[in-house]
Amino acid sequence: MQTEKKTVNQFEPKVIAFVCNWCTYTGADLAGTSRIKYQPNVKLIKLPCTGRIDPVFIIKAFEKGADGVLVSGCHPGDCHYNAGNYHARRRWIMFRKMLETMGIDSNRLHFSWVSASEGKKFTEVVNDLINKVRAAGPFKSYEKINKEYVIND
Amino acid sequence: MTELKNLVKSLLEEGKVTKVIGYRMYGENNTKPYIAVTPNDAEEMVLNTDCRNNLSVYLTKKEIINGGKTGIVAKGCDIRNIIALIQENRIKEEDILIISAECKGVGAEKGSAVYANKCVNCSVKTPHLYHELVEMKGSELSQPKDKYTEAKEKVLAMNSGERFEYFSNMFSECIKCYACRQACPMCYCEQCIADMSIPRWIESSATDRGNLSWNMIRAFHLSGRCTGCNECERACPAEIPLSFINKLMYDTAKEEFNYESGMNKETPTLIGSYNTKDNDNFIQ
Repeated sequence: MQTEKKTVNQFEPKVIAFVCNWCTYTGADLAGTSRIKYQPNVKLIKLPCTGRIDPVFIIKAFEKGADGVLVSGCHPGDCHYNAGNYHARRRWIMFRKMLETMGIDSNRLHFSWVSASEGKKFTEVVNDLINKVRAAGPFKSYEKINKEYVIND
Repeated sequence: MTELKNLVKSLLEEGKVTKVIGYRMYGENNTKPYIAVTPNDAEEMVLNTDCRNNLSVYLTKKEIINGGKTGIVAKGCDIRNIIALIQENRIKEEDILIISAECKGVGAEKGSAVYANKCVNCSVKTPHLYHELVEMKGSELSQPKDKYTEAKEKVLAMNSGERFEYFSNMFSECIKCYACRQACPMCYCEQCIADMSIPRWIESSATDRGNLSWNMIRAFHLSGRCTGCNECERACPAEIPLSFINKLMYDTAKEEFNYESGMNKETPTLIGSYNTKDNDNFIQ
């Protein structure tokens, strides 16, 4: 890896990836075993299927300080449970539009199809999202309302 | 056309239904929900332009729907909710008897001279699913101002930071009374996600953060299901314009999928079905 010196306060984005067990997680595994390097800012959360990814997870991730969220699963037609990703896609179309209107930039929320054999694509998707989030800067919208929150945190 | 009172009376006398959910007068220019169980109760029944409540919410309550066929007085917009409940297998069509009328629109509030916002561009003034038809009473009112288009243009002109601020300010008035949820005929989960404590997805205290996530999730859970009856907004004691975000999701469903909930009991629900050719251009 490049040995760039980092300044102390350089912004490092926090990116959460919700991935499906059967395709993207295995794809990420392949990226690892193939020794393909990608930026380490992403934290993977494995779920059985993209159909299991409740939009509340995404809201919660942003609420708790994520700067970007990646949602990824099997290509259409490849779902381990036949139709989970089709159902998820429909939900995302609606959810994406809602978040966009409510002020969560679509640069911070990416969706992708990454199959188990696409280790290279996984690294590209992750790098692309992290670069976009890095350019957009920290996600400050929640800061103000989080500050007012004192109980149970 | 039969008079509502006579119809309800005969239905109850003949035992075709065990109860009829309807309206009765409550002061001047106001009505309240009323359930008639004996033929004598039918005397109180009314249907006029002051019948604002969406009674289909009662069909989601087991204690009301159980024990024989239920009659319900429904306007076109309420029938949409009944159809949506049938679509979602919440109720069976054979368990209910819909008494409807050619709708004249309802007033915005008690003694109001304008129509409620939901009556603007209403496409179901002529009921699309009913078993009995009666006459609706009341005089003509005037059209209200179109607040939705105005607000939509205002929001779309903002950047994302401003939008976030706008909505978090709007929802900061929320006191988490969940009146919107209770009034909504489509919010029928036995355990709401907002009540789950382990893990607690939505903060239960009425802080800005919890308010925002509750209102986001509420709007999302109703996307593609909301029929725009605006009962949530009417029930809201903090006067949050909830219909704005609901209408936005309604329009999205219409643009993306050409889907309107509660129009046809045969079509599968939007979120419960899929098409392999759905829009894919936002996915990498």
